[in-house]
Amino acid sequence: MAAFTLTVNGQSHRVEASPEMPLLWVLRDRLGLTGTKFGCGQGLCGACTVHLGDAPVRSCKTRLGDVGSRHITTIEGLDPHGAHPLQKAWVELDVAQCGYCQTGQIMTAAALLAKNPHPSDADIDHALGRNACRCGTYLRIREAVHAAAGQRREVIP
Amino acid sequence: MSTTRRDFIKTVGSLSLAFYLPLDAKHAPAAAPPAVGSFEPNGMLRIDGDGSVTVWATRAEIGQGVRTSMAMAIAEELEADWSKVKVLQASTDPKFGDLGVTGGSQTTRSTTQALRKVGAQAREMLLQAAADSWGVPKAECLARSGRIQHPPSHRDLGFGDLVAKAAALTPPADPPLKATKDFRILGKNIPRLDGPDIVTGRAQFATDIHLPGMLVASIERCPVFGGKVKSFDASTALKVPGVKQVLQVPSGVAVFAEDTWSAFQGRQALKVQWEEGPAAQVDSASIRRQFEARLKSAGKVVRKEGDPAQALPAAAKRIKATYDAPFLAHATMEPMVAVADVKADRCKVWAPTQAPGMALPSVQAITGLKAEQIEIQVTLAGGGFGRRAMSDFIADAVACSKAAGAPVKVQWTRPDDFQHDGYRPATLHELEAGLDGQSRPLAWLHRFVGGSIAASNHFPWPPEAAELSGASDLAYDIPNLQVEWGQSDTPVPLWFWRAVPASFNPFVTECFWDELAHAAGKDPLDFRLDHLPKAPRQLGRDTFDPARYRAVLELAAAKSEWRTRKLPKGWGRGIAAHAYLDCGTYVAQVAEVEAEADGPIHVRHVVCAVDCGMVLNPRNVKAQMESGIAFGLSAALYGEIAIKAGRVTATSFLDQPMLLMPNMPKIEVHIVPSDLPPGGVGEPGLPPLAPAVGNAVFAATGKRLRSLPLLPKPLRRA
Ligand code: FES
Ligand code: FES
Repeated sequence: MAAFTLTVNGQSHRVEASPEMPLLWVLRDRLGLTGTKFGCGQGLCGACTVHLGDAPVRSCKTRLGDVGSRHITTIEGLDPHGAHPLQKAWVELDVAQCGYCQTGQIMTAAALLAKNPHPSDADIDHALGRNACRCGTYLRIREAVHAAAGQRREVIP
Repeated sequence: MSTTRRDFIKTVGSLSLAFYLPLDAKHAPAAAPPAVGSFEPNGMLRIDGDGSVTVWATRAEIGQGVRTSMAMAIAEELEADWSKVKVLQASTDPKFGDLGVTGGSQTTRSTTQALRKVGAQAREMLLQAAADSWGVPKAECLARSGRIQHPPSHRDLGFGDLVAKAAALTPPADPPLKATKDFRILGKNIPRLDGPDIVTGRAQFATDIHLPGMLVASIERCPVFGGKVKSFDASTALKVPGVKQVLQVPSGVAVFAEDTWSAFQGRQALKVQWEEGPAAQVDSASIRRQFEARLKSAGKVVRKEGDPAQALPAAAKRIKATYDAPFLAHATMEPMVAVADVKADRCKVWAPTQAPGMALPSVQAITGLKAEQIEIQVTLAGGGFGRRAMSDFIADAVACSKAAGAPVKVQWTRPDDFQHDGYRPATLHELEAGLDGQSRPLAWLHRFVGGSIAASNHFPWPPEAAELSGASDLAYDIPNLQVEWGQSDTPVPLWFWRAVPASFNPFVTECFWDELAHAAGKDPLDFRLDHLPKAPRQLGRDTFDPARYRAVLELAAAKSEWRTRKLPKGWGRGIAAHAYLDCGTYVAQVAEVEAEADGPIHVRHVVCAVDCGMVLNPRNVKAQMESGIAFGLSAALYGEIAIKAGRVTATSFLDQPMLLMPNMPKIEVHIVPSDLPPGGVGEPGLPPLAPAVGNAVFAATGKRLRSLPLLPKPLRRA
């Protein structure tokens, strides 16, 4: 057990836990931020993606002890009103099916757009290529990233 | 002949009704009078004084969009203002009626009419209430977008203003339904109601539930099917910070902790000795040998026309082939999870279940409580695909809460989820077919063997009940045809997996039909179109309509420019179709692949044509077709659950890869316009995918793949 001070979505939290505890479980079970999902705990699905500083990380494979002073952003903090261009595009294009993987997809996409505001299909495939969606929403995810980047609008009949 | 999941959905266990809506207000429970200032004509619908409309979905949302589509059907007839409609999830509280089983792509087919009636009833009551308050004939009033209008006097009132009056009226038994042409909500691209909650992380899944005083449990189960706990040593586990207790429960040894990670850590420190039992002798190779032996003797004849055994020797040309399909895991994105709070006199469960009614008897058995003391609240589910109609994960939570005397969430890990599933049955098939002198199909003999889902779960049906679709309902017209199924059970537990036997049988029959087309020297599309029955025919208990089958084939062929567009070198295209008779939907697909013999397979493009009757939400139909194709492609390329020493070898997405974005093909979905009753769409997009890809690989490489998954082992990386 050790005490850590974490900055999550701009707010400071004191957490007493083992430095080995994955950030995923700190967020979900200690801080009640359940928008970050547990899909595998093995670093293989991306459902648990959050931002550490500007970088997308798999929180299930990020030790609490390794977070340091870097700011953490979760889906709850992406935009205070759920009005990030990605969130708007996601709703407009009805990307989600069961929805379980989607917060991880959005956080991964948000980190991509922050670095590369106009990604190509290949850029999107590269950035989101290891985020699994068992419902098969990949085509709409790609479309929504483009839409949020303001490049393409899906014509909805 | 085909006792199917429709029966399952209607009759399993103690469930006796497919769909029951408390349409008669007299049956609404007296204990729950409508809240003052609201109008609750039915357990599924409430209109409040502020005009907001709440619908309780009585089917589970597993990503197929039912919460939205069920609300759409009610709102359409109600003439609701869609922006004021919200949806909540029903529980086993009797006021909601029987929640049935969400599966078999049956929700749309079995509930739409009844839901429309719920909406229409309420609309008629609101019309009456308005007419009464204005002293005008009801016939002069109309309902529009959340208001009742009286055009002759230019008066109107919002639904909210009428709730008190409407609540005092008796619901009409037979309210008129709207004509399809007047629909304002059904048939439109309505985004799902859960969208905003999902993208902000507010959508609450069972795994997100936290109750005061709740413990999280993780259960160590015997890795060998059917194995038992011999003994265990919890001393180290109990020293893990956060771990509260360790107890034996029916499915294994449970570690209870303050939080999820501590429970997982405790489990790693646990030492359990297992009584592995006889299944430890079983592996994939021994199952294969068992199937091969079973294939040598006759199976149960499940369809027979003419006599292929007699006809085959007279054939001008004969072909023979062996096909197989492996066990598969569901691998929903959200691993199994449920929360239970068992008290002396009541029990509440929160679970992402597709079949709350089926879980109820096991909850009763564990708690000793009566059905009316138990409430199962259905939550959002991170995928279902059939898996969440099993009750095991609910029983876990209930047993753990009872054992610990506290509310408990039982959280499965990803390895638990892979290793303790109910699997899609593995099967082995032998086929022989003959052509006559004019290269027309003369005889077809299909014998296949595998375990029985019915037997594996002790369902009181014929053992072949859930194994035949896609085989015994072969669409084509062949004078001599025989289909046999041989039961060959193994210790591997079986369960319904998206599309059930139509996840493997159409791969076998549509690929072998392709082989026959090539043997006949015919184009595979023509060979399909040329040998359809001339008129609708009875297949099992359903009617097969060759015109609908033909229409989807022709549409897929036309849109993919089957006859005209040349593909690049190294590419091939394949076609396949399947009539999902159980839910009234026909689908054909053309796949275009780039492939090398024994090498990589890249599926570049899939053109999908679907006839699902009347379309309730075109965008959702498209999404479900894409979803079925992605799920089917994942299985076709990588899907295989291997067994070693009685246990599943896969513990991660590395061992059992899933389709990822870079391998998602471009997909076009074309919908056949139709006024027929709406059919299901959750499953029918899947069956044609694997055979279309298999046929395309043959076209590209000249190599016929008859074993699923299609990729050679070293290349199975997502
Ligand atoms: S839960 Fe972290 S990658 Fe799957
Ligand atoms: S939307 Fe269900 S897993 Fe992605």
